Parts: sequence; structure tokens; C-alpha cells
Amino acid sequence: MSGVRVLVGTRKGAFILTADGKREHWDISGPHFAGWEIYHLKGSSVDPNRIYASQSSGWFGQIIQRSDDGGKAWHQPGTPTGESTTTADGMPKGVSNKFVYDTSPETGKPLTTHQWYDGTPHPWEFKRVWHLEPSLTESDTVYAGVEDAALFRSTDGGQNWHEVAGLRGHGSGSSWAPGAGGMCLHTILLDPSNPNRIFIAISAAGAFRTDDAGKSWQPINRGLHSLHIPNPTAEVGHCVHRIAMHRSRPGVLFMQKHWDVMRSDDAGDSWHEISGNLPTDFGFVIDIHAHEPNTIYVVPIKSDSEHFPPDGKLRVYRSRSGGNEWEALTKGLPQSDCYVNVLRDAMAVDSLDKCGVYFGTTGGQVYASADDGDSWAPIVRDLPAVVSVEVQTLP
Amino acid sequence: MIRVTFPAHLRKLAQVDGEVRLEVEGRVTQRAVLDALEARYPMLRGTIRDHVTQRRRAFVRFFACEQDLSHETPDAPLPDAVATGAEPFMIVGAIAGG
Repeated sequence: MSGVRVLVGTRKGAFILTADGKREHWDISGPHFAGWEIYHLKGSSVDPNRIYASQSSGWFGQIIQRSDDGGKAWHQPGTPTGESTTTADGMPKGVSNKFVYDTSPETGKPLTTHQWYDGTPHPWEFKRVWHLEPSLTESDTVYAGVEDAALFRSTDGGQNWHEVAGLRGHGSGSSWAPGAGGMCLHTILLDPSNPNRIFIAISAAGAFRTDDAGKSWQPINRGLHSLHIPNPTAEVGHCVHRIAMHRSRPGVLFMQKHWDVMRSDDAGDSWHEISGNLPTDFGFVIDIHAHEPNTIYVVPIKSDSEHFPPDGKLRVYRSRSGGNEWEALTKGLPQSDCYVNVLRDAMAVDSLDKCGVYFGTTGGQVYASADDGDSWAPIVRDLPAVVSVEVQTLP
Repeated sequence: MIRVTFPAHLRKLAQVDGEVRLEVEGRVTQRAVLDALEARYPMLRGTIRDHVTQRRRAFVRFFACEQDLSHETPDAPLPDAVATGAEPFMIVGAIAGG
């Protein structure tokens, strides 16, 4: 029988939640990497047992972990558990946490400055990996979106990382500025129909696209309108929180911006607002039904300072029309005194029939719906604050 | 033989239970001890000092013989008691938060 594996990153470790296709009874494994911040875990679609995890700490920096058995055993790529950490001649097998901006004249870009919160120049400093996106065709190839914003790629299973330097150096990098959470590259979308096309998003710079596998990039922010920047329609500077794409329709993108829910029908060349009747158009997550590319989900959050649901009611909103007309999904979700947040990487869908929808909260709950969002139940209630949720649909 | 202690999170990464003992060639300095530690446990690279600049991470401190050595230059000799193994070189996570 098919099943699902939900990968949950929290402020104090990772958890893996598994169930069969009915999605009624769940096994909980974890905490893995207890005490560390796990910004993101994601499995390879080529080899579902290959899972990458971003483990970080304000004290000790960034670690990359990898599992090759579906999350039972983990190791830092290049240093397998139980094996010697060095080669026979004493050299380390790998340093999987070495994220160094490429400043070489051959392949890189000069490491200049970006804007700090007050508009002054600030040097680029690596802090952590926010998002890991495994390749759609090679299990050893994986992309990492990092803070301070840049895109890295590994082609050896996460052991060695190299910056995709054309993005940071494409011309507008010096004007990028951090959002409240830091200057993070948090969204990486690989176009399943075009291996040369990648979409990324940065808070607070905006969305960017490459059509030549990362050599060159262009901002794709036309149509965005952001009142909190000097020029509301600037080419860059927008605080994009999340972008979603359905694999059957990669030219259509849905965006949850700081304020506004947006849609593009031309691969990001232009955007239009689809906030419609949402109670607030602020939020972080956005995702798409696995089988209905026009059915999208958001979790409205009251404002950019309060960061909790309107009226203390946790409601997922669903549009079956690609935006503008939204319905509140409340069955099984707390409808009073709820003041949690749902962070940008903390929603995912499975591809079972009916589609499962999952999200995690800063209160430590992971909610699941096994019926397209019509009803919800918590898988777990008391985890550390949830940073990310990913789902694997298993055969 | 140089004795080195470091925080539980790093011990778990390095897959060790307690204090580690390292051979250090030549002068016993912070740099020499950390070089030897990272050579033996490469998974610790980048967790104590920056990969490129080799500067101590901001929330990591170095103590030995009841002295704070965090702000000593990396090439200053460590106390004799560390060099002889009488006292450990202590890598400590700075206290932060409530």
C-alpha cells in the first residue's frame, strides 16, 4: 500500500512522520539532530530514500546531513557513520558545510556588498542554508538557497558545494536587502519541462529566473507592488515570501508576497494580484493541489507585525479557480484563541488521491488533511516551533 | 598529548563521548590544536572557526587553566599545562539567551 513520509524541520530538531495511504495512524520518529535548528529537509524524487537536511546553529554554524535510507540513519556527506572520517593518507573525506561565495575571476563574481536594513552597504556573509532542492533527474545533485542570499549547487550528494554565482552577481545584488528573517534565498523551483529553467525567490529582493541553467538571471517582478520600499514597482526589492508551481503547468506561478497573493501566467514575466476575498493578503505559505493545478492554498496571517491568524482562528484558504475566489477551510482547525504562525516552507502536499495537504505551525502542531483540505487533524501537537514541512508520497 | 574538550553538540557530530587527545607537532598554539582537531574530525570544520578566514565563530570561546584565551592571537603559545597535557584546552559555547 502506498504511504506518505512527512519531513518536519523545527527550531530544535527534525521529525519524520509516516503513515500508510489512509493517513490516519502516524508513526513519529525524532528528534533527529536534537537541539539544532533544522531549517529544511527534502527528499529526492529520483531516489526517495535520499533525503537532505539543513542543520544549523547560531553557535556552530551550518551542517549538511544526508540519509540514504529514508531518514533512519544520517551522515554528513563525505563522512559516513561508523567509517573513518579521513582517507588512508589522512585527508578528510569531505567538508559538507563549506559554503564559500565564488569570487574567482574565472567563474565567480566579486563579493561586494548588499544593503543593510538602514540602506547602508553591508558585506556578504554566509549564515545558513534555508532551503534544499534536490534535482529532478540526479539524486546526487542538489541546490541550496542560503542566507546571505545566494544559490549553491552540489553534484556529489552534498559533499562539496559551489555557488551558482551568476545570480548574486547579475547586477542588482548590491541593492538587495534583508527581510525581518534575514536576507534569505528561500524558494527554488526547478522546471520539470526545461532543465535550463530555474526560479528562485529572495527576501527582500524578489523573484528571479534563469533560462540557461544558472549562467545568467533576470528579475521577474513586473506587476508586484510593495508599499514598504521607496519605489513600489521597482525591478528588485520586493519581499517575496514564497512561490509555488504545479509540475504539469510550469509557466504558471503563484506567489505569497509580504502583502498580496499574486499569479503569473507567463513564467514570471508579469504578475497580477489574486488576493480577492481573503481576510488579509499577508502570509507566508502558498501551495498547489497535486492533481488540480488551479487549486491553491494559503494561510492568511493578520499582519506583518502580529504574525498570527486573524481573529485567533486558524484557517487555510483554498481557491479552486486559480485565485480571487477563496473559501475558508476550518474543520478540525482551532477557531478560537489561536495565535501561531505558519512559516514560508511549512506547507506541502502529497500526490495521493485524494490529495493530502500538510502544514506546521510555530506552536509545534503539524496538521494534515487527507481530503483536499476539507477537514484537518493534527498529526502531532507539541513539537518545537515548525520551520518547514515537506512530504514524500511513497509507492 | 594535548587534551581538548568541546560542547556536546560538537561531540555528537564528531562521534566522541568525552575529552579527545591529540598529537600536536611543534609549538602548541590555538591554531595548531584546532588544525589537529579538524584533521582528526573533519566534520568539525566550519563549526568552531570560519572555513575561509579561520576566525573563531562569534559564539565560541576558548578557555584553559582558568583563563579566557578567546581573544589571544591564534599563534600565541598556549599555557605549558595545556602543552604537557596537565590541563585541557576547552572549546566552549558562549552563554547566550535566558
